[in-house]
Amino acid sequence: MKTFAMGGVHPNDNKISTHAAIEQFPLPKQVVVLMNQHLGAPATPIVNKGDKVKTGQLIGEAQAFMCANVHSPVSGTVAKIEPCKDPFGLAKPAIYIDVEGDEWMDDIDRTPDIKKECDLTPAEIVAKLKEKGIVGLGGATFPAHIKYSIPEGKKAEYLIINAVECEPYLTSDHRVMMEHAEEICIGISILRKALGVPNAYIGIENNKPEPIRVMQEMAKNFEGIIVEPLKMKYPQGAEKQLINAITGRRVPSGKLPIDVGCVVSNVGTTFAVYEAIQKNKPLIENILTVTGKMLTKEQQHNYQVRIGISYGEIVRHAIGELPPTTGKVISGGPMMGKAMSNLDGPTVKGASSVLIIDESEATRGEESNCIRCGKCMNACPMGLEPYLFSSLVNNGKYEEAGANNILDCIECGCCLYSCPANKPLTDEIRLGKNKLRMIMAAKKK
Amino acid sequence: MSFSPILIAVLVLGVTGAVFAVVLYFVAQKFKVIEDPLIDEIAEVLPGANCGGCGKAGCRAMAEAFVKQGNMDGLSCPAGGPAVAQKVAALLGCAAEAAEPKVAVVRCGGSCDKATSKNSYDGLQDCAFANSLYAGESGCAFGCLGLGSCVKACQFDAIKVNPETGIAEVDEDKCVACGACVKACPRGVIELRNKGKQNRRVYVACNNKEKGSIAKKSCSVACIGCGKCMKTCPFGAIKVENNLAYIDYNVCKMCRKCVAECPSGSIHAVNFPQPVKKEASEPAAPVNQ
Repeated sequence: MKTFAMGGVHPNDNKISTHAAIEQFPLPKQVVVLMNQHLGAPATPIVNKGDKVKTGQLIGEAQAFMCANVHSPVSGTVAKIEPCKDPFGLAKPAIYIDVEGDEWMDDIDRTPDIKKECDLTPAEIVAKLKEKGIVGLGGATFPAHIKYSIPEGKKAEYLIINAVECEPYLTSDHRVMMEHAEEICIGISILRKALGVPNAYIGIENNKPEPIRVMQEMAKNFEGIIVEPLKMKYPQGAEKQLINAITGRRVPSGKLPIDVGCVVSNVGTTFAVYEAIQKNKPLIENILTVTGKMLTKEQQHNYQVRIGISYGEIVRHAIGELPPTTGKVISGGPMMGKAMSNLDGPTVKGASSVLIIDESEATRGEESNCIRCGKCMNACPMGLEPYLFSSLVNNGKYEEAGANNILDCIECGCCLYSCPANKPLTDEIRLGKNKLRMIMAAKKK
Repeated sequence: MSFSPILIAVLVLGVTGAVFAVVLYFVAQKFKVIEDPLIDEIAEVLPGANCGGCGKAGCRAMAEAFVKQGNMDGLSCPAGGPAVAQKVAALLGCAAEAAEPKVAVVRCGGSCDKATSKNSYDGLQDCAFANSLYAGESGCAFGCLGLGSCVKACQFDAIKVNPETGIAEVDEDKCVACGACVKACPRGVIELRNKGKQNRRVYVACNNKEKGSIAKKSCSVACIGCGKCMKTCPFGAIKVENNLAYIDYNVCKMCRKCVAECPSGSIHAVNFPQPVKKEASEPAAPVNQ
């Protein structure tokens, strides 16, 4: 069984919410739609206070190149347009919408029928992805229409579907594969057509035998879809590691996957692509896992939620009050997710999970001195030297860290996870990357 | 017989030495770098801390700039202050630039009791890093984080984070206003302001640019941008922009009327004599200057 060549760690996968079928989350009284839910510039609001909007109506338009359209996830009245604090307490431009009923745009097909045929040309597919505001749902929220517009002179050879879900706890991709295998395969066929590649590979880790079986069964009915079970190792779901695991190719430092002929798409994104292309439904819903070891089996949930609902509301609906010994509430997985300081903040397009962890699990161990044991180097999937970055960053030598390829770091957290001295290695590297980028930007001027 | 090796050695070394001495003499004459001796003299006078507060790469670069310009217009050494300025002026033979002495001011009043912690931060102890992650423990995305990036940047040991308030505090006697902390602060909380007569200063101890209702949620002494101070100020020294009042220290006459008017107590007046009588906690009359 394949896996990536360099580094990696084996955290306990804790997939304890795989049993919970996807439920529709009830509509709230108000939603707050942030204007930058994607990588790049924020969208520009095109509605005014007091306007009536329908579910799926365009409310934020992408005017910059690196930007994605934002649609209304509910029907109702625009209450106000002003900055809202996101889950990390930082104010972002947003549209507040008071929910009134649930009236969808007329062109959206809400029937459960599965539509297989797609007669759009590749250019039309990309245009529709842009129109429907599709972004990558693997975490980086990269606008899909940019990813699928292959730059001139480059050619895609592989389409890789990322169903690895290597982050512990998360089960949203698991559930989507179990329940929407056919839609996913149609979505993959559409993307395959958009890129003009012969084969698409679905990478699934072997801790998910059920989805592997379901997808293998379904892939038999489709041309050019190959399910590739992978040996479990974190961070297999990182783009460059997955490419290495499936194709054996390595993305050189500072290059993009397309430079080695690969395009990687998350499995959740392919489902969104299916809905956008075949059903005209813009990206207004997410599959979101509510999980944690402290929760009982009944409290574990996989919800289909409209974007813009606050995390607090999701937690209240799922488990009631937070347990008194709650240490952190994390958006995303325990390895790369961010602890939230403001649960009133709204969910966004890339949200994949609400992870509730205990105080004892949440606290970091006491930091001691680096003994140069090299565990971080062995764990680093990018072949970097985290202990070196740590001392360079602490001494302000950001450019020297840059010369040692600090910008190649994917911030997967393997170094911090493996460090016996509990040094905040990933934090230091992130700081170094930020500072180096600032220095580089200042030099450009 | 036994002396000849010594003689040979002496002769060989002596002759080569003489030849090299002549060559080196002419080379030194040919490639002589003509440098104004004044640069050395001025560099000697400057503090030599290479703090970069003047905007130059170091003290020697500053000395070069002085000599190149020939006067002190627009150049001043904040670390040296007036004493150094006098010496440099004497060497240059010009009038001393009378730069108003400045001091770093931390424009945040959100101490632990006023801006209570809503979460606890256990990540890397660095303000720039915490700022890139989230709004901070109090929820205010504009105030002092208290993780001490300014403390690390200060070469003069003049800024400390007070563990009781959780805010950086400046030691006025040690601060030379080099501006290193201003650059180090990721939120722009610290500002260089005129030191003022008898070190007296009036300033808005808040940097929160959010709407008043939102700012108040994270901190009880946040400036809410109501503009009362602006209306009260008889000298037009106060402006309100982005829901935040700012006192122009060049215009402010330190009457302190705004201090009494501010509903949230975010305007600080420092180093004024404490009113002796209890009832004098009312606004003090304008100080005669």
